[in-house]
Amino acid sequence: MLNLKKIAIAVIAHAAFVGFWWFYVWAAEVPAYILPTPWQTLQTLAVSEYNWMRHFTATAITIFAGYTLAVVVGVSAAVLFTWSKTLDEMAMPLLVTINMIPKVAMAPLFIVWLRFGLHTNIIITFTICFFPILLNTARGLREVEPDLLDLVRSLHGSRWQVFKKIQLPGSLPYIFSGMKVATVLAVAGAIVGEFIQSSRGLGWFMLVTQEALNTDAMVMALLLVTLIGVILYGIVIALEKYFVVEDARLD
Amino acid sequence: MTDPAGSGLAHPETGAPPFIELDRVRKVYQTREGEVEAIRDVTMTVNSGELVSIVGPSGCGKSTLLKILAGLHEHDEGTVRIGTDRDPFDRQRDVGMVFQQPLLLKWRRILENVLLPAEILGLNLKEARGRARDLLELVGLSDYAESYPYQLSGGMQQRAAIARALIHDPKLVLMDEPFGALDAMTRDRLNIELMRIWRESGKTILFVTHGIQEAVFLGSHVAVMTARPARLAEYIEVDLPERANLSIRTTPEFGAYTRKIYHLLDFD
Repeated sequence: MLNLKKIAIAVIAHAAFVGFWWFYVWAAEVPAYILPTPWQTLQTLAVSEYNWMRHFTATAITIFAGYTLAVVVGVSAAVLFTWSKTLDEMAMPLLVTINMIPKVAMAPLFIVWLRFGLHTNIIITFTICFFPILLNTARGLREVEPDLLDLVRSLHGSRWQVFKKIQLPGSLPYIFSGMKVATVLAVAGAIVGEFIQSSRGLGWFMLVTQEALNTDAMVMALLLVTLIGVILYGIVIALEKYFVVEDARLD
Repeated sequence: MTDPAGSGLAHPETGAPPFIELDRVRKVYQTREGEVEAIRDVTMTVNSGELVSIVGPSGCGKSTLLKILAGLHEHDEGTVRIGTDRDPFDRQRDVGMVFQQPLLLKWRRILENVLLPAEILGLNLKEARGRARDLLELVGLSDYAESYPYQLSGGMQQRAAIARALIHDPKLVLMDEPFGALDAMTRDRLNIELMRIWRESGKTILFVTHGIQEAVFLGSHVAVMTARPARLAEYIEVDLPERANLSIRTTPEFGAYTRKIYHLLDFD
């Protein structure tokens, strides 16, 4: 019941936001090329020349592929670091520095290195969401109670047993915490990539429609990008609910 | 139930050699400031099936002593002998540990938490499962086998930790301030519980604590340790009648023991 109430409040909040938007445009008599009404925005979906499906799919593929790649590589790298102390000591400080590089600024270089294409945007998306996942996972793997280690050691448990039974399951909340942060970054990464180089995708579409001042289509594209992000976030939350015990979840 | 308190070198009834024999054990830690003596001159014997309390202030080396017995630390001087010819001690399988924090794995149900040592030792899990249920009954948690740790109170989590320490049927159970983080009443209740669990399981238990009353109530011997220098001040045999409830703490005999320990620890 409590859940239903929470959902109801969330729905109301969203409806109120749309209502306010609508009211503002109407009351302030904002011209449609500055800000269309929600209804005008929604109507653009019927315009077949806009090719919504094509752009939506391109952006969705970029986001999901880049994000998934970041999760796989990020978690694997963190696991590798916990197994090799030397690697950890060498790589971690370097990675912290590399993390400081504004990933967005690397996009033009990626185009030089990887040429035009969807794959380049996938790599840009990957680069931008890789670090929070890696760093969070590494932190989670490190957080083991010393006494718990003693307990396993007193039973002559192996390093592998510590990893499998304690470290890895213990790091899951941290992995999900990193994954949640990375969802927002993945969406941003994909759009930046499309702004810089592409011939399709919602980011590219926004640039094109901007030239014609089709603001309603631009706003619609923005809403669709957000929708992809929300879907991704929803999947991550659902996975977290399934894999992580309620009490252990991190925000 | 006879008082299994041992005195001296041999078991008073069976004449068997003691299960644990420590002779002038010394342990030194190397730190940046130089050598720090963690314990010195620890000499004591513990008979099989005995519960011995180790009491003393912080930094007196109580935990160090437990870690040496658990095989986690090497001692530097003296001898440590555990087990006898007739009652051999397997370093891997015969140690159970309970800490100040329950340290249950959040993502495992209570039953699965209890099973952890059995998994690590590679025991038959089907048998261990049955044993885990028995142990949960012993510690009064039968109804919580399928609960997650966060659904249990601190005292209940510590009971689960005790069940976990017993799952592989170790001969020696080492407890490092197991009730130190609990409120006074829960602690009292668990003292009585531990007394019962010890009697029913027949384990040799070493129980480290800050609490003098707790030490006297539980121990058939109390090892009193002092800090700076960290050494064993006295190894006291506690000769008290049936200790089924806490009212014994109000008797003059009990008071005499606590007074003696307070004195040894310079509280007067």
